[in-house]
Amino acid sequence: MLGLNKHDMKMLLIVAALAMLAPFLLNPFPTDSAMAQFNAGYPDLMQRFVIFGIFAIGFNILFGLTGYLSFGHAAFLGVGSYSTVWMFKLLDYNIVPGIILSVIVAGLFAVVIGYVSLRRSGIYFSILTLAFAQMSFNLAYSVLTPITNGETGLQVYTSDPQYLIDDWETVPHLFGLVEMRSTYTMELGAWSFDFNAGYYLCAVLMVLMFYLSIRIFRSPFGMMLRAVKSNQTRMNYTGLNAKPYTLAAFVISGMYAGLAGGLLASMDPLAGAERMQWTASGEVVLMTILGGAGTLIGPVVGAGFIKYFENIFSKINENVLHEWFGFLPDGLENAVVWVVEHFVGSGWHLTLGVLFMMVVIFLPGGLVEGGQRIMRMLRGKKSDNDAEKTTQSTPAE
Amino acid sequence: MGILEVKNVNKRFGGLQALGDVNLSVEENSVHAIIGPNGAGKSTLLNVLIGKLIPDTGSVMFDGQSVLGRKPFEICQMGISRVFQTPEIFGDLTVLENMMIPIFAKRDGAFRMHAVESTANEKEIIEQAEHMLESLNMADQRHDHSASMSRGNKRRLEIGMCLSQNPRLLLLDEPTAGMARADTNNTIDLLKQIKDERDITIAIIEHDMHVVFSLAERITVLAQGSPLVEDTPDKIRGHPKVREAYLGESA
Amino acid sequence: MDAVILQILNGLDKGSAYALIALGLTLIFGTLGVVNFAHGALFMIGAFCAVSLSKILNLSFETIDETQTDFLGNPLKVKTAYIESWFGPELGASIIDWAVPLAILFSIPIMIGIGFIMERGLIKHFYKRPHADQILVTFGLAIVMQEIIKHYYGANPIPTPAPDVFKGSFDFGTLLGFDPNVIIYPYWRLVYFAFAAVIIGTVFAFLQFTTFGMVVRAGMADRETVGLLGINIDKRFTIMFGIAAAVAGLAGVMYAPINSPNYHMGMDFLVLSFVVVVVGGMGSLPGAVAAGFLLGILESFASMNEIKSLLPGIDQIIIYVVAIIILLTRPRGLMGRKGVMED
Repeated sequence: MLGLNKHDMKMLLIVAALAMLAPFLLNPFPTDSAMAQFNAGYPDLMQRFVIFGIFAIGFNILFGLTGYLSFGHAAFLGVGSYSTVWMFKLLDYNIVPGIILSVIVAGLFAVVIGYVSLRRSGIYFSILTLAFAQMSFNLAYSVLTPITNGETGLQVYTSDPQYLIDDWETVPHLFGLVEMRSTYTMELGAWSFDFNAGYYLCAVLMVLMFYLSIRIFRSPFGMMLRAVKSNQTRMNYTGLNAKPYTLAAFVISGMYAGLAGGLLASMDPLAGAERMQWTASGEVVLMTILGGAGTLIGPVVGAGFIKYFENIFSKINENVLHEWFGFLPDGLENAVVWVVEHFVGSGWHLTLGVLFMMVVIFLPGGLVEGGQRIMRMLRGKKSDNDAEKTTQSTPAE
Repeated sequence: MGILEVKNVNKRFGGLQALGDVNLSVEENSVHAIIGPNGAGKSTLLNVLIGKLIPDTGSVMFDGQSVLGRKPFEICQMGISRVFQTPEIFGDLTVLENMMIPIFAKRDGAFRMHAVESTANEKEIIEQAEHMLESLNMADQRHDHSASMSRGNKRRLEIGMCLSQNPRLLLLDEPTAGMARADTNNTIDLLKQIKDERDITIAIIEHDMHVVFSLAERITVLAQGSPLVEDTPDKIRGHPKVREAYLGESA
Repeated sequence: MDAVILQILNGLDKGSAYALIALGLTLIFGTLGVVNFAHGALFMIGAFCAVSLSKILNLSFETIDETQTDFLGNPLKVKTAYIESWFGPELGASIIDWAVPLAILFSIPIMIGIGFIMERGLIKHFYKRPHADQILVTFGLAIVMQEIIKHYYGANPIPTPAPDVFKGSFDFGTLLGFDPNVIIYPYWRLVYFAFAAVIIGTVFAFLQFTTFGMVVRAGMADRETVGLLGINIDKRFTIMFGIAAAVAGLAGVMYAPINSPNYHMGMDFLVLSFVVVVVGGMGSLPGAVAAGFLLGILESFASMNEIKSLLPGIDQIIIYVVAIIILLTRPRGLMGRKGVMED
């Protein structure tokens, strides 16, 4: 169905179901219970789950398939956000023109940056993309202030032209049908669930983007990209020019990032230069490798994992920790709290750094591979690796 | 007029004359071996043939067109396929996928997007690839991870990938280097079979005399960057100059 | 003319920092084949060595001086640094004053230690892994290091003054026959430049004239052959990593008075230093140094008002623009060797 095989279809359906039921799934604890702090089902966070999911899915098309590690993808995210806010400023609060423009502008940026950066590979490519992103960031902060509003960040003012605005428009909406921030809250006993229009828009788009990425992965084009990663020499001597393929992958993933940026601005009509900083680029790299680069579902898992823990970890403070570890003897309690508090609250970045290292060191295949390993162990199947070890012979020169 | 014509090729690296006045003509549908002791300039010549090195003087024509300065993918599109000393295959892909890529490339040219067309639906391509694998006796391994195969099988696959594009000239660079005897013999048999079944020119650069004398119809002996003699295997075997320059050292 | 000289001088101190960091990056890259994204963090830790030493030297105890009262009428509390009470007020005060230069001695063992631990504990497991993995793991390490520093020293820059003697400026112009006050240059920046020159010279001399250096250079050219000679190259490479860490650390120590250290200064410098390495040519030590100074000076020229009015924003991006042009026209950088990191 839809040009997918059974396995891929199943995966698509699971992702779609998870996305649609997220308001329930992410709020498993009653509102007043102590565990409610682990709920993640509020609109703002759910929107970020799926938006960064789109960002990571796109990044994976480049990094996962071709192996080109871009350290500058946040630039496309930022460009996307600026484009959308400009559409709000010039036309009106309808998000469609903004999102379309953000994809187009990010795509154009990606063509230029990709065309130049892809003339080199390996670490040179990483540094070139990093240089471009830092350049965009620096420019957004300085000379381009008329376009980006510098440090303050771009936002919509009442003095903006907004040529198509109607009186009732005050926040981003979709053709006037529904406002992005409108939320229906369902009370069910002790539980409450939020259904937010903006979230569902993003979720539908994410499922679509996920579908597109499956199609790309399974297409001849996707096979060529994997061939680029595997062996460029053979690729060339097979009569194929690797560059157009990699450039196409770069532009596609740039457009995904632009879409994500556009959606971020559609949910909250702001855009700031910090969205383009290289730490933001590092974050999407982390999401992708944490989930599993080159796997279909990995980036979605990685994005959800990081955004969830970022949110939960940032909320935990010393008092909460003392509550948790209250059952321990006092001395031990203080010691444990002292250690743990470095990693929570404002220490979230420390956790992120440690996580980064742990994943690269112990789980190069990411969570998806880790999950598969556990599944295999449970089923008692022999690992595929055995075959590889026996037949490797070393070339003699 | 041969299909591959090398005329007056000279190449110097600093003070070293790597190739001096190389003239070579490879007849269409023949098996032509280029042999020579280490440092005779075999690799340099090969790199000139595939356009990777541009010689200081001279020309290299394939079927009347110059190959000099062309990119690898353009050379391949002209009809020259190359087999490497260390098998170059797509190690991360399955054997079947390895075989599909050159077929796609042949069908679609250097760059055509099929970004949403599922490979699974490409029945025609898959059939061709499976057919090719069967003729290589590799059908059973089609879903194996290609990096995990033996060197002999990697070589087989690589040759198969080249053949699937119906090249007019197959260039082999020491195709049996680092192989066990059994794998070497299998490779020789495969190349003989190819020679018998197809209209194809094979140029082979080789160290192993066993391979050369089992396959070649003509042999060029290279010594110190220049061709010493060119003749049939029988004549080469008895040639005094060759014995002196080449066979002499191992005898 | 005077403006040109002034800009060259202004570019020297930043250029020195770029050159020192790039030198360390290249040493690590050339010897170990590892792309170290945590190198900027080592620079930052160096700067915080200076901060720490100055804090330690300023540790004081309080005494109550009954003879004086503060504005509320209470007896005045007098803070005396331990150093001053141990060495007497004058010597003590000048030791505190010289905290930053003293931190050089203080930081060398710390930086070499950190370098050893990093190489033995982490980096050595990544020699055979793809460059992407090396980038990712050292990037993670860099975040960890800067977050730890942020935790203990806070997010704000910490002013760390140079010794009083170097606080003034030097009228360079009068030396060259210009009018007074045309080319004014702070003493400390001159010191920094001289210091960088000495360090760079020492590293080059070390590599050129010692057997250790010879082996390392041979290892940079062809690791396997050197290994085959029965020389324990790994141990030497560990030491090289320690030296590279120390060079970055020293660059940081001395930079503290120029720019008050903050926890993210390492990242800021790292990106630029990588660009410097690429421009100089991956694996080329002279290239790294030359490109460091070149880009430092170019950056300083780009921030001249005359140029900024011509090309607004050029000061923000000049280094990147140069790097992009160089990479596209001379893929190996200014002095890169063939075969070193071709992709």
